[in-house]
Amino acid sequence: MTVVDVRKDPQALTLTFVAEFAAPVERIWQVWQDPRQLERWWGPPTYPATFHQHDFTVGGRSNYYMTGPEGDKAHGWWQITAIDAPNRLEFDDGFADENGEPSTGIAATHTVVTLDATGPGARMTTVTRFASAEHLEKLVDMGMEEGMRLAMGQIDDLL
Amino acid sequence: MDRIFHGLADATRRDIVERVLRQEQSVSSLARRYDMSFAAVQKHVAVLERAGLVVKQRRGREQVVHGNPEMLRNAARLLEAYERIWRHRVQSIEDILTEEKGAGK
Repeated sequence: MTVVDVRKDPQALTLTFVAEFAAPVERIWQVWQDPRQLERWWGPPTYPATFHQHDFTVGGRSNYYMTGPEGDKAHGWWQITAIDAPNRLEFDDGFADENGEPSTGIAATHTVVTLDATGPGARMTTVTRFASAEHLEKLVDMGMEEGMRLAMGQIDDLL
Repeated sequence: MDRIFHGLADATRRDIVERVLRQEQSVSSLARRYDMSFAAVQKHVAVLERAGLVVKQRRGREQVVHGNPEMLRNAARLLEAYERIWRHRVQSIEDILTEEKGAGK
């Protein structure tokens, strides 16, 4: 796996992330389609995800939660807005309350995933658009603990 | 179509953000700069305001828009952090693929 490109656009609140894998496009499509594979990589290290619903069709709904270090649960949902298997997937992703009900009317992010064949492998491009800096901050907070630990470690080294 | 719309909307919004960062502008003066209706420009400003990228204030009869450099810096920092989440994600995908190859042998 190689990270080929990362583009951050603070003015449009988008992140474009491009990575290449040695596996074919169809295999990478599965890690999005199969909830048991998806939950092994979607959540940040400190908040692993559990998908209890994953309706992988246009208009389909997914419900998941991420379990934090204190056993706290952060609930989220997906709504798939476009599918062109195995090359393209678009979905909205938002926060939910403990019953899986969307906590705000607006999705936190809209993500477009594109898979292109590169010889024997696949290039995966994801473009994530955030509704607001506040949503982005909430997402980052849940994935930040490890980053914070690393930063603290570096401070320790300096001392 | 939706993607093209988003792309155009992005270009306009980015332009608005850059303009109001340099100098505050009223919504009506912004509207004169783009080939679109006042309502359309107002809508873009509303999206940017919700995103926290610009601030709108009423001054007399005018609505004045100015940039929010602190929020932009904050957004840049947050995108940096979100990039780390994606780096972790693709590494975890790679781990799934590698593990599978090992198990198949």
